[in-house]
Amino acid sequence: MTAVGAGRIEGAHVAADAAVAPRRKPVDWGALLVHALLLACIAVVAFPLYYAFIISTQSLQEVVQRPPLLLPSSHLVENYVDAWQKVNLGQMLFNSAVMAVTIAAGKIAISMLSAFAIVYFDFRGRMLCFWMIFVTLMLPVPVRLMSTYEVIGTLGWINTYQGLTIPLMASATATFLFRQFYLTIPNEMVEAAQLDGAGPMRFLWSFLLPLSWANIAALFVVLFIFGWNQYLWPLMITNTEAMRTIVIGLEGLIPRSGTELPTWNLIMAGAVMALLPPVAVIVLMQRWFVKGLVEAEK
Amino acid sequence: MRRRLSPFAPPLAALALLSATLLGPAPALAKTEIHFWHAMTGQLGEAVTELAKQFNQSQGEYEVKPLRKGSYPETLTAAIAAYRQKSHPHIVQVFEVGTQTMLLSGAVHPVYQLMKEQEIPVDWKGFIAPVVGYYSKDGNLYSMPFNSSTPIFYYNKDAFQKAGLDPNKPPVTWTQVEEYSRKIIKAGAAKCGFSTGWPSWTMVENMHAWHDQPFATKRNGFDGLDVELLINKEFGVKHIGQLAAWQKEGVYSYGGRAGAADPKFVNGDCSMYIQSSALIGGFTRGVNFQWGTAPLPHWGAPYKKATSIIGGATLWVLKGKPAAENRGTAQFLKFIADTPQQMWWHVNTGYLAISNTAVKNLEEGYHFVRNPNQYTAFAQLTGLPPTLPPALRGGKPAPVKPERVATPNSQGLRLGNFVQIRDVIEAEMENIFAGKKSAKQGLDDAVAKSNQMLKEFAAANKQ
Amino acid sequence: MKRTVFRSRWLPYALVLPQVAVTIVFFFWPALKSLQLSVYRVSPFGDRSTFIGLENFRTLLADPEYYQSVLNSFVFAAGVTGLSVLAALVAAGLATQKIRGLSVYRTLLLWPYGIAPAVAGIIFLFIFHPAYGVLPYFLSFVTAYEFNWLLKGWVAMTLVIVATAWTHLGYNIAFYLAGLLAVPASVLEAADVDGAGPVRRFTAITFPLVSPITFYLIVLNMVFAFFESFGVIDAVTKGGPGHATEIMVFKLYKDGFIGLNLGSSGAQSVILMAMVIVLTMLQFRYAEKKVTYR
Repeated sequence: MTAVGAGRIEGAHVAADAAVAPRRKPVDWGALLVHALLLACIAVVAFPLYYAFIISTQSLQEVVQRPPLLLPSSHLVENYVDAWQKVNLGQMLFNSAVMAVTIAAGKIAISMLSAFAIVYFDFRGRMLCFWMIFVTLMLPVPVRLMSTYEVIGTLGWINTYQGLTIPLMASATATFLFRQFYLTIPNEMVEAAQLDGAGPMRFLWSFLLPLSWANIAALFVVLFIFGWNQYLWPLMITNTEAMRTIVIGLEGLIPRSGTELPTWNLIMAGAVMALLPPVAVIVLMQRWFVKGLVEAEK
Repeated sequence: MRRRLSPFAPPLAALALLSATLLGPAPALAKTEIHFWHAMTGQLGEAVTELAKQFNQSQGEYEVKPLRKGSYPETLTAAIAAYRQKSHPHIVQVFEVGTQTMLLSGAVHPVYQLMKEQEIPVDWKGFIAPVVGYYSKDGNLYSMPFNSSTPIFYYNKDAFQKAGLDPNKPPVTWTQVEEYSRKIIKAGAAKCGFSTGWPSWTMVENMHAWHDQPFATKRNGFDGLDVELLINKEFGVKHIGQLAAWQKEGVYSYGGRAGAADPKFVNGDCSMYIQSSALIGGFTRGVNFQWGTAPLPHWGAPYKKATSIIGGATLWVLKGKPAAENRGTAQFLKFIADTPQQMWWHVNTGYLAISNTAVKNLEEGYHFVRNPNQYTAFAQLTGLPPTLPPALRGGKPAPVKPERVATPNSQGLRLGNFVQIRDVIEAEMENIFAGKKSAKQGLDDAVAKSNQMLKEFAAANKQ
Repeated sequence: MKRTVFRSRWLPYALVLPQVAVTIVFFFWPALKSLQLSVYRVSPFGDRSTFIGLENFRTLLADPEYYQSVLNSFVFAAGVTGLSVLAALVAAGLATQKIRGLSVYRTLLLWPYGIAPAVAGIIFLFIFHPAYGVLPYFLSFVTAYEFNWLLKGWVAMTLVIVATAWTHLGYNIAFYLAGLLAVPASVLEAADVDGAGPVRRFTAITFPLVSPITFYLIVLNMVFAFFESFGVIDAVTKGGPGHATEIMVFKLYKDGFIGLNLGSSGAQSVILMAMVIVLTMLQFRYAEKKVTYR
């Protein structure tokens, strides 16, 4: 796998070389090469998921057979129906969606504001605030799980949506990203805005926000997925089936007691279904990357 | 006037409806909820749900709500966190290695005491001794055995046939296991001789018990907290050293921890396998060749023969719930210990039935004749002869005399920090099998590290 | 780099308040409680504890396996960060060339990111498994070498690095795409007219322009590798064989969350935190100087 990675990296320069130079020729070899390299990248990147999908269409016997079957088989419908029924999917999808959207939106909102303050204002404790936020990255989740649970217990938030989401908003990635982005905005733009008489909030709203769409979209994707894929925290904090999320349901298909043979095909069917909403978000948000580009050029 | 009222009418109606749905039927359905956290996934998880459903339908007062709380360790950790916040369940399923932690936690409502308080008569003598013994303290049962299994020997009959071995004569001694393995490999019937699941549980813990060797001081930890491991003595070094030697030749093929090696047996790579008896069901559904079971191999003299020990989990009742709810908890535990449920659980999951009556009923129903593999585990644990004696072939069984009895070395293990100790032992086993350390060196290191952990546990619990 | 342009007595405080409040209540308060345990010996239920000073640290620092886990962490973090940031830059670079079907390519590059780490671990386990995995199966036709990661430490380490890098790849690609697309086309066209070749164009113009993103990604990938990667390791190797893939955060997860040794896991997190804070500060101090902000 490492060798493949290295090959990809060397290939990139070749591709970049070829991509632009021979633009006027009838057959665009450069573009073809880029296509080929991209397909190679995708083959490596997406193979695990392709394979997961393949397994989800097989019977258990086919899954363990040698040589391995690398093409879809005929058990797709029964596996998906079976997995759907075993995991109470409807409610769980809803809970996961609520959790993921709330976390993503909350994080983006609070981080945008704090990064704005840190980059564009000089105030006592500015660096302290930045490091205080940044250091939240530095303590692994399992360490503070038990004591965060205690805090939630004190607040009476066990088995509630706010207990599920708000503690996970305490994270630094988004603030850090906004800081990185604001630092790339040319000073002239701020000066121009000030000449127009724009105050700080006006500048944030009418200048920074439109410029940030690409980043917000990218961030929304990763934060949505971060929230969607949470496992330990929702496992701890939810005490009823009605509050459970899809990843917990999916984990329930995977034998963990070591006394049962895994039903690989059902596990993979569940995994594919749990994957669809995040993929939908990725596809949807991708338009915004491009939109961000267009508006940045205005 | 009507038009004016209308804007308020819908919300009011909705409110009325809401309060009706919230409050109206409530008194009629006032079932007391009993929360039950468990770690059972897949088909086992479905069996737990089904068991709770059966109980809920059997009476109208209580409703047991099972909830999967992740893997065994995750379930235990979640229950502890919840207990400290007073949002804990009534019942929590804890794996056998967590027994000492639970016993010393002060958070437990012992099962024998709960039954006494609720005046529910239970014949504790009617349970299989090796199972109950593992979870008793001073002769009293602290947690209700739920899913218990013991490691047994599985073998691929097709491969035996191909190698010219009698498919109905599995190896009895380790020497035979070696001999058969070589024949099988030579005949090309399989790539390796045998593999193992749960390395520490099957090859260290159970091998010591099976050969009547002590695993740890203080009667394997039953007599106190200042315990030290004894697995680096003559027997342990001989057995693990032999496995390492076999690993080099392909007679043995290490396949990873927990159930990671299962595929080696299932896809025919290894023709013999030592793993939990709870996998009988899984193999019945997922294996394409003829296979059989046998008691664990033995090294023979000078070692004595005792019984194997169990693994699995039990149900612990947590303190701090009102007496009325405890009554429901007690009734549920009584329900699952009753003969019909025991038989149902055993037949549907492959875990052992733990009451003697249930076992007797199974015998009378020719269960063991039809499922000889289930008999293997039961016999090995209780010391009965390895092949079904005529007396047990259905009908009214005459009492069969056990060949072996449980000794202090085979009644079970009671160690603090046992989860980490298992991890330490398995890591050192991997170092030994990879040829990085000698068996003696690896086991010495495992013992030193484990003793340190046992000391810490003793110190933390003596405060 | 300093660009303090607005002045207000109260506004900046109001702006940072929500985040700082959430951080204090749900991070510092619980974190301090956990870290405090590093100088205590705690019973598993946490109900009994004795102050023991630096005993937990002493036990750790006397344990050769702990040093191995430190070493493993660096190998792992360097491997994961290097592999996934580089591969992402290449993939994103390709996916921003002027060709048809870009949105399809981008989607296909990004979607594996949606999978949960534990599930990713299961899929990799399935692909790499010595007994039934596809990869060992096909490798066995190429070489007689047995890639048995159940006993060979370096194979196991390579496997968890690749699996973890794979789970981060989509994240990195997303940010590089956003970053590369934000590079004004006019700048690139100007370079084109100047006759700069694609490689030069990339090193002289594109790369500096995405260097803030690169810096961000390197810091974050390293932090993720150090802190958030126990899911994949737990699903695939459980730290084995021996202790070959036991990185610090996995040992901490195992001792604290699974083994309920809260004192030791407290001590381990203090050390781990101190180490990563120093590392990050060094990165901010030295590496960020090379980052171009406009």
